[in-house]
Amino acid sequence: MAMRTPLKTARQLGSAKEGANHFWKQRVTAVANLVLGVFLVWLIASLVGADHTAVKAKLAQPLIAIALLALIISGTIHMRLGMQTIIEDYVHGEGGKVVLLMLNTFFAAGIALASIFAILKLSFGG
Amino acid sequence: MADATSKPAVRPQRPLSPHLQIYTPLINMVMSILHRMTGAALYFGTILLAWWLIAAATSPAAFDYVSRWFSAWYGQVVLIGYTWALFHHLLGGIRHFIWDLGYGYDLRTIDQLSWGSGALSLIITGLIWFSVAFARGGA
Repeated sequence: MAMRTPLKTARQLGSAKEGANHFWKQRVTAVANLVLGVFLVWLIASLVGADHTAVKAKLAQPLIAIALLALIISGTIHMRLGMQTIIEDYVHGEGGKVVLLMLNTFFAAGIALASIFAILKLSFGG
Repeated sequence: MADATSKPAVRPQRPLSPHLQIYTPLINMVMSILHRMTGAALYFGTILLAWWLIAAATSPAAFDYVSRWFSAWYGQVVLIGYTWALFHHLLGGIRHFIWDLGYGYDLRTIDQLSWGSGALSLIITGLIWFSVAFARGGA
């Protein structure tokens, strides 16, 4: 029978020493997203009602493609960190937490890969 | 003494720390909750952006299908909701930057920043969608 209090288990382990890094990455990507998020709204608003040829041509423009890629990279890092915090706040079972943290990384990576591939194909795919 | 150690531990009924249902809702608290909720909504909403990009990179038929989905009433509702979530989260982020830098902590300013960012998110969303509707109507 466990005679130890939870404090005994926690003592000496200390923190994971990742908090400051998480905080800082979240802020850096947030600043980038401020600019790039407004860019995305402008881009989509300018493409309302446009047909496939027009959209393809617009998304293949180098500056547009670069800004979109930057948004995808910064955005997926930011959202992964944010969802990690939500999971750690609300999911207390160790197993469920680890599984959800993994799924969170897979989701963010999947969105990033799919979007980046699509943008590169639109730019280079002819 | 032997009694005290052999008895199974009974947890004393200590008072719990107060949680959401105890507090009177304050605007900065509501904005904080909405910041997290809009963040989560934007997280899953990236599926739409990825879908749109993949469709554009696939074929005209695939793109037309996505276009029709976004043009339908339910697609429009989702897009309007996404616009609001984006600006609510973006303006909430600016509010948090101000607080991160150590400013705006007196109660009056906290209320003003919270109400202000909430109202501005609705105004910007309204302006964007009115101009989209206007551009469409004019075309």
